[in-house]
Amino acid sequence: MKQFTYTITDPIGVHARPAGMLAKAAKALDSTVTIAKADGKSAAATKLMALMGMGIKNGETVTVTVEGGNEEANAAAMEQFFKENL
Amino acid sequence: MIMLQGKGVSKGVANGPLYFFQRPDTTISDTPAADIEAEKARIAAAQKKAIDQLNALADKAREDTGDETAILFETHAMFVEDEDYVDCMMNTLTERGCLAEKAVELAGEEFAAMLAAMDDPYMQGRAADIKDVTRRILNNLMGIAEGGIDSEVPVILAADDLAPSETLQLDKSKILGFITQGGSSNSHTAILARTMGIPAICGLGEALKADQSGREIYIDGETGQVAIDPDKITLSSFQTKMEKQREMKELMETMKGQGDVTMDGREMMVYCNIGSPADVSAVLSNDGQGIGLFRSEFLYLASSDYPTEEEQFQAYKEVAAAMGGKRVVIRTLDIGADKQVDYFQLHKEENPALGVRAIRICLNRPEVFRTQLRALYRASAYGKVAIMFPMITSVWEVKECKRACQKVMAELDREGVPYRQDTEIGVMIETPASVLVAEELAKEVDFFSVGTNDLTQYTLACDRQANDLGKFFDPHHPAVLRALKLAADAAHKAGIWIGICGELGADLTLLETFLAIGIDELSVSPSAVLPLRAKIRKSIAKTCTLEKLEC
Repeated sequence: MKQFTYTITDPIGVHARPAGMLAKAAKALDSTVTIAKADGKSAAATKLMALMGMGIKNGETVTVTVEGGNEEANAAAMEQFFKENL
Repeated sequence: MIMLQGKGVSKGVANGPLYFFQRPDTTISDTPAADIEAEKARIAAAQKKAIDQLNALADKAREDTGDETAILFETHAMFVEDEDYVDCMMNTLTERGCLAEKAVELAGEEFAAMLAAMDDPYMQGRAADIKDVTRRILNNLMGIAEGGIDSEVPVILAADDLAPSETLQLDKSKILGFITQGGSSNSHTAILARTMGIPAICGLGEALKADQSGREIYIDGETGQVAIDPDKITLSSFQTKMEKQREMKELMETMKGQGDVTMDGREMMVYCNIGSPADVSAVLSNDGQGIGLFRSEFLYLASSDYPTEEEQFQAYKEVAAAMGGKRVVIRTLDIGADKQVDYFQLHKEENPALGVRAIRICLNRPEVFRTQLRALYRASAYGKVAIMFPMITSVWEVKECKRACQKVMAELDREGVPYRQDTEIGVMIETPASVLVAEELAKEVDFFSVGTNDLTQYTLACDRQANDLGKFFDPHHPAVLRALKLAADAAHKAGIWIGICGELGADLTLLETFLAIGIDELSVSPSAVLPLRAKIRKSIAKTCTLEKLEC
């Protein structure tokens, strides 16, 4: 299991477009990727509506967990994705 | 050959196959399904079709309008693919034992409600996207053609008459012209046709039949003539007219980039009337100097519930930004009278044109008004927005509107949301009362805009929807023109500008009268801009007279 934290810088938070891109990116990986908020809410990164339902706002910090498959490379890919899009 | 005669309400000649508008049956029954597995397969097929449609739309948008629209369709495709959303449909199906349509409808409602309940206005706005994709899957299930027109090639669209919400959903790229059994020159179909710059004929009556669908038809929006399967002589006369139309269009192209100024140097602001953000491209391609009337009703008519602040903000911002600093006059909601919206739950009135409509609704329901004003002020940061209030009769109404604006500005200040403090505020002059108190009104606002359709209706006591009033409904009546003069004099005395945003503005036979009265702005259908410009450039303002006022 690999984990990293990330603080959202997108002014509208995790909105539809990056959430959709995230779901697409996560689906392409051979690991299970989970996004969790400090308040305990979490969702699989492949689930667009569940991600939106978490209501992740600008300035909030999320924990991203990558399990199974090529954890090392997949976690790095996810971290890169967050930096570029969120 | 069949010849029909109606009333031409939007100029132009067109030909194509006749297509009779089918009003889709959208009722969803909650009867038990005979075969759950078969229903599941139907959902899967409708879902796959929706994804293919959305990806095709995204590809097309990327070519036509760029990335922004394409991404919207791609996001919608991802919604359709979402596991939870699809699981919810399938589970509902199994648990309820209902038909595919019902399961899809319920799943859509559940997810839309989830987003609508969030505390973030952006997320609340996404509920509309869920409703939109749900509608798409349902349409696929029920075999309803998108855009209401199930044809590969563009058609002449025939109907009994079209409701505003129906015209909004039509796929405009498939329409060459409109013909209707009922309607009048002020009906929504006619207004839409003029915005699109395509011909329309109304009042054809029973002679127009649904079984004429598919036949080759020629229409002339000036004379009101319709020819189905024309003979040789009729055909050649239509073709001559179409040839002339092409030449005229080329001539008008030379007007682009020219100023709207008379030979003796009087400038006129020539603006456009639009009904939705989609019309902006027509404004730009016809070289309109601004938007003199953006009817905000489309947001309310196209929706099944009150549009959120975010949805409204996005629409206003899109238009303000697309016009790049040119003035965009947005009229606050003008619901009531002939434009009815179910969720407003307005009482049935004996005389709706004289009832609780437009600004009266806003002043009675401050929350509805506040949402729209917040969206308008937020959009003001992205261009040159002006706010216009319809159906004004008294000075106190304007004062109350201005107080509502001030409250909204104070809220935005507190929240640190950007807006333009110098956003212009204006009123529609469309009631005789507003003309008679115009001097007092002018002291309160930055501009006037005359709605000639309603001003004619109220001044002459003629219902604008009735199509049998004929000669009694006369927008050239000296009483209407004198009312214009009174309002213009009051405006100029207070140092503010006055425009006309009703259909009369495009009436070239009145241009000299308008110049003599001193009208500063004419807001017309995009397709009327260039002909109007050509006429302005040939006019001499100094020699124009008030003879049509008969005084």
